[in-house]
Amino acid sequence: MVRLIVDTLLSQVRTLWLVFMKLFQKKDTVEYPDQQPYMFPRWRGRIILSRDPDGEERCVACNLCAVACPVDCIALQKGEMEDGRWYPEFFRINFSRCIMCGFCEEACPTNAIQLTPDFEMAEYVRQDMVWEKEDLLINGTGKYHDYNFYRVAGKKIEGKDKGEALNEAAPVDVRSLLP
Amino acid sequence: MAKIVIDGIEYEVNPNNNLLQECLSQGLDLPYFCWHPCMGSVGACRQCAVKQYRDTEDKEGMLVMACMTPASEGSIISVEDPQAKDMRERVIESLMISHPHDCPVCEEGGECHLQDMTLMSGHNYRRYDKKKVTHRNQYLGPFINHEMNRCITCYRCVRFYDDYAGGTDLSAQASHHHTYFGRHEEGVLESEFSGNLVEVCPTGVFTDKAFSSNYARKWDLQTAPSVCTGCAIGCNTTPGERYGSLRRIVNRYNSEINGYFICDRGRFGFDYVNSEERIEAPLARKEGQLAVVPKGQLQSAIDTFQGSDVIGIASPRASNESNFALRCLVGDENFYSGISDAEHEATQLILSLAKDSAFNAPSVRQIELADAVIIVGEDVTNVAPRIALALRQSVRNKAKELAEGCNIPQWQDAAVRELAQHDRSPLAILSSYATRLDDIASDIVIDSPTEIANIASAVANRISGHAPAASSDEASVAQIAAQLIEAKRPLVIAGSTSGSVSQLQAAANIARALNEKRGDVIDLCLLVSEVNTIGMSLLVNERNSLGAALEKISNGQTKKAIVLENDLYRRAAKQKIDEAFQKVEMLVIDQLPSATTAKASLVLPSTSFSEQESTYVNYEGRAQLSFQVHRNHAAALPAWRWLSDQQSGDIESLINRCAEEAKNFDKLDDLLPDLNQFVAGMKIPRQSHRYSGRTAMKANLNVHEPKQPVDDQSVMSFSMEGIPATKDSAVLGAAWSPAWNSNQSISKFQEEINGDLKQSHVGELLIERNETGSYLSLDQRPNNLNENLQVAVAYQIFGSDELSAKSNTIQERMTDAYVALSPKDAKSLDLNQGDSVSLDGNGNIAIACIRSKMKQGTVAVYCGDNDIDRHSLGTTIALSKVTEAKMKRGIQGLIVSDLCEEGY
Amino acid sequence: MSLEIGSPLTVGLILFAVIITGALLITVERRLLGFWQERLGPNRVGWFGSLQVVADMIKIFTKEDWIPPFADRFSFVIAPGIIMSVVLLSFAVIPFAPNVGVIDSNIGVLFVLAMASLGAYSVMLGGLSSDNKYALLGSLRAAAQMVSYEVFMGISLLGVVALAGSFNLREIVEAQSGGWYIIPQFIGFVIFLIAGVAESHRLPFDIPEAEQEICAGYHTEYSGMKFGMFFVAEYVGLVLIASLITVLFFGGWLGPTFLPPIIWFAIKAFGFIAFFILMRAAVPRPRYDQLMTYGWLFLLPLSLVNLLVTGVIILSTQ
Repeated sequence: MVRLIVDTLLSQVRTLWLVFMKLFQKKDTVEYPDQQPYMFPRWRGRIILSRDPDGEERCVACNLCAVACPVDCIALQKGEMEDGRWYPEFFRINFSRCIMCGFCEEACPTNAIQLTPDFEMAEYVRQDMVWEKEDLLINGTGKYHDYNFYRVAGKKIEGKDKGEALNEAAPVDVRSLLP
Repeated sequence: MAKIVIDGIEYEVNPNNNLLQECLSQGLDLPYFCWHPCMGSVGACRQCAVKQYRDTEDKEGMLVMACMTPASEGSIISVEDPQAKDMRERVIESLMISHPHDCPVCEEGGECHLQDMTLMSGHNYRRYDKKKVTHRNQYLGPFINHEMNRCITCYRCVRFYDDYAGGTDLSAQASHHHTYFGRHEEGVLESEFSGNLVEVCPTGVFTDKAFSSNYARKWDLQTAPSVCTGCAIGCNTTPGERYGSLRRIVNRYNSEINGYFICDRGRFGFDYVNSEERIEAPLARKEGQLAVVPKGQLQSAIDTFQGSDVIGIASPRASNESNFALRCLVGDENFYSGISDAEHEATQLILSLAKDSAFNAPSVRQIELADAVIIVGEDVTNVAPRIALALRQSVRNKAKELAEGCNIPQWQDAAVRELAQHDRSPLAILSSYATRLDDIASDIVIDSPTEIANIASAVANRISGHAPAASSDEASVAQIAAQLIEAKRPLVIAGSTSGSVSQLQAAANIARALNEKRGDVIDLCLLVSEVNTIGMSLLVNERNSLGAALEKISNGQTKKAIVLENDLYRRAAKQKIDEAFQKVEMLVIDQLPSATTAKASLVLPSTSFSEQESTYVNYEGRAQLSFQVHRNHAAALPAWRWLSDQQSGDIESLINRCAEEAKNFDKLDDLLPDLNQFVAGMKIPRQSHRYSGRTAMKANLNVHEPKQPVDDQSVMSFSMEGIPATKDSAVLGAAWSPAWNSNQSISKFQEEINGDLKQSHVGELLIERNETGSYLSLDQRPNNLNENLQVAVAYQIFGSDELSAKSNTIQERMTDAYVALSPKDAKSLDLNQGDSVSLDGNGNIAIACIRSKMKQGTVAVYCGDNDIDRHSLGTTIALSKVTEAKMKRGIQGLIVSDLCEEGY
Repeated sequence: MSLEIGSPLTVGLILFAVIITGALLITVERRLLGFWQERLGPNRVGWFGSLQVVADMIKIFTKEDWIPPFADRFSFVIAPGIIMSVVLLSFAVIPFAPNVGVIDSNIGVLFVLAMASLGAYSVMLGGLSSDNKYALLGSLRAAAQMVSYEVFMGISLLGVVALAGSFNLREIVEAQSGGWYIIPQFIGFVIFLIAGVAESHRLPFDIPEAEQEICAGYHTEYSGMKFGMFFVAEYVGLVLIASLITVLFFGGWLGPTFLPPIIWFAIKAFGFIAFFILMRAAVPRPRYDQLMTYGWLFLLPLSLVNLLVTGVIILSTQ
């Protein structure tokens, strides 16, 4: 009992002493904005829409980012190009609601939506935090350089006929009797 | 009831069903593809493997396909057995070998049975490293998109399209892993039920083309239980809305009516709701032009249409509530029917027959049970398509009977079909032209409308000598009569749309003769053309026909009229209407501009079926409640609201009042769900729990999100708030159950597979049958006295319905007005296929359509979207060729079996 | 006017100094906490953050002072006033230096204890009148905690009183010229320190306003300057406890003569203030029932034994 009391007391004193000695240690604070911090490439900051290596929009308007979004701040509408590609007619992110959780990036099957290390997104007018596709779409592939969804998908688009996608055999001739 | 043991738990099951069906009935999850609750088993996909044990001693067991094994007494099976699970995982792995990496760009994604089953079976990685088999797609018309790569060869599409719906132009081609499901060449899918392929296909081979062009994922659609307004059957549907526009309609299960399938008119004919032509604001006539009414002046403009001399003209496509509100406003005496006089007469006859205790108005499910059918003069496929599909099932009752004799269970689909071959239950069709049901008919009689009535009378007389005497030299009369007498459950179908009351009377006589001869209640199915023809006619006095209203106007007895959701130019001859409109000031309430709104002095915009809560009465007198799906953002109000209280109107109290005051409507208020029966009295959400974009969809307008709209009218909410239907389906919009995202999840809401939905409402039959009737004497108009041709009215599934004909998708399949005539008549008139002809020499122009099976001397006139003034035509017409006439569409889209070749 | 006990100048200066110290402590505490948590703390406003206190004051003065419609207006308004006044009144008997003080009272110790008891009313009224479940819970805890710890606080002081033979704080200070009472009364000091922290509900004993459990406790519904009064009163209370410890156990103003007595007093008091802040940075909050058990089952017997032993020694040496 006495031992317990003494141990407890000494532990408290030791705690106080250790915390007191922090006074003389180097501080961890980074004095932003005087001092710009290093942002890691996988930091979850401002969201962008990327393009595939051929320069076409990667987003196919599958709506998975929108449904994954816990604050429901992504809205889009599917459209279809004449060449057969799906694309978002509009793509809107309400950054005043976004919590930068990155679920949209995880859900994206085409690597189109990506989070970037840019975090300086404050605006004086809240309306300015609603970003449309023109604001989001960048001229590059973002973090993932080689992926091109339509080279993998079975859907036919202009310039890629049936059977020309990755791992596809030429289309079957239904009238052939050969095995 | 049999007792079986599944994974150590005892269940009571129906031994007449297979194990898969009973497992699903018990709420167990067992993956499947080729089995369909309505189409039985063929054992094609091998996905539903389970372990079956001989007895309790048997520890080994053997793998069986649950869908091919009867749920016989004492069966011991295991769904969770590791070997069975492994088998299912391997089967789906091989099914998925050539499935493309398409889900993000597939319209089925998110409501895909294949996705669900893959997840349920546990397959997740493609180990097979060889190449995927690919196929070329086909153009299948404006309704259906084809993406053959996604096929897993479950054969459901051809089993539905060919075997169930009687289509001929979709088939399984080639063999082994080359198997291809498509047409022999690209082209429009002919069946009126092709849209169901979207729901039948477990993956994205057949997808909804119209939906794809205005796409939203299932979870993003705001839905509510609704009723199709395309025809008088009242199939249950689930319309889906996103971003303010109606996106698509899918089937909603109702065990009594549509079951799992709806027709293409119902599925694709909703587009008019999104039309840019919709009337958006109240319009008043100012210096001859319709102009938007300034806000303050609206009430006074409406108030001018009050008083004892104002008449109201009802509408068969408006809800009971709107019609009732109009009746309350103008009074019983001034409330007139909104259908043509001929149809009014026929409908009154139908109503009197509907009160007759000798007959029963069969529901669609009951029609499927009939084993001998006679159709008198009605083109069922084009007037009430879903009943045509039911008739295709009714002729299979012979096959089922044969199977029973051989001890083959009914669900053994392939075996039953193989056994029966072409043996069918008798179906006799008396019609003025070849119909789409001829391929399953046992007797087809094609003759002029008067002669059809005569033959039908002869059948009645043959059945019972008490029926009015009639003689016909038609050979099949005796055979038809005998078939009907011998049948277990005979069915007589007729309707008001043929335009001939005598046919209706003759059909009623057949039913009465059967009743007299057999002594049981006879199924008498009497069809009307529009969604609420019966409901409206129940509210209108028998003598208050449209003709009486027009007379009252031309007599000068009234100067003001309120026209409810009705284009009167479709209801009476143009000349008569024109005359009447000159003498009357009109308030017209409608959704889309029409020839009638163009003549109105005040036009008020009304909401469409998906924008209002309302009730409709179908052909059997079944009242059904349809919920509001989405809001109308323009100034449109439900018509009843314009007619009663615009601000604080309440649909529930109106329905209660209608139930109290209107005769025959006393059960209407039973349709209203009681909020207290739901969990914690909370509302049912219209949006799914996965509804996305809530904080972004309107952020471009204002970053401060508006409050969710409150629905003070119904038990549903315009948001995700509330308790969604999970197991409880009292108000079931889109069916969803954990792990079951596709429409197959409906099995989780059924009492048992193919049974009623739990706690659901199948509608209320309003009309009580407590009268006895007698034989009717035929009301024959003088027969073909001159050299002219006798007219039969033809309908088209795509085009005859006023509103669906305004839909872009439907318009792609519509044809111009045509006159179908026999080759001999064509030759004598020097007409070629596709020539333009003038009817009676006046402005009515139609295309000549030469059909080999037409009776000489009879023509079938299809009026198009009111392109021909049908009511100005007599019972006979003269045709003359015109050389210079521009037609909009031609008749290329016409799907009939007996169209003669060009030049014939 | 001159600096002597009870002169208006002295009283004014003391009042001013106490309140300014309380306000300054807001910044000092944030800065010190920062350092002890390996941060910098507020350093943007003014030279090394020295004007932070001005910014804080501007903020708190211009904040909307809102009285919730469901609150009991009268007691809601007077509650912050009570605590502010009782804490300031307590300073009346504190001897800052031989000639600096408000009054020279013979019952100084009792006066301080009495004022501390009155403080409980403020917290209780504030919590009850807010009509908020968190505020109610907070005030219940505060009342129980303050009433309990007053007992040990009082008893722990009695040793000092017995040694000095007086309730007069000045006499107690002067009695320590031979040696500070920390040495004979070490146990009394520890108990008083703990009870003092509990009395001013500072961390680790800020159970009445434990943010993680009950929002902000009894002042959940307060805003603007009414909240500011609770806030500043807490810091002024801190200064009071530090001053009392200095006076009772560390010889008050006594010290080598190269510095004036008032400076000695300030240095000692600031040392204890810093120690309280260190405790906040280092020691976690106990559970409410642990606090009460600890008080009644451990501190109460300990303080009684301390008093008994002190009495025995005094009597035996006489």
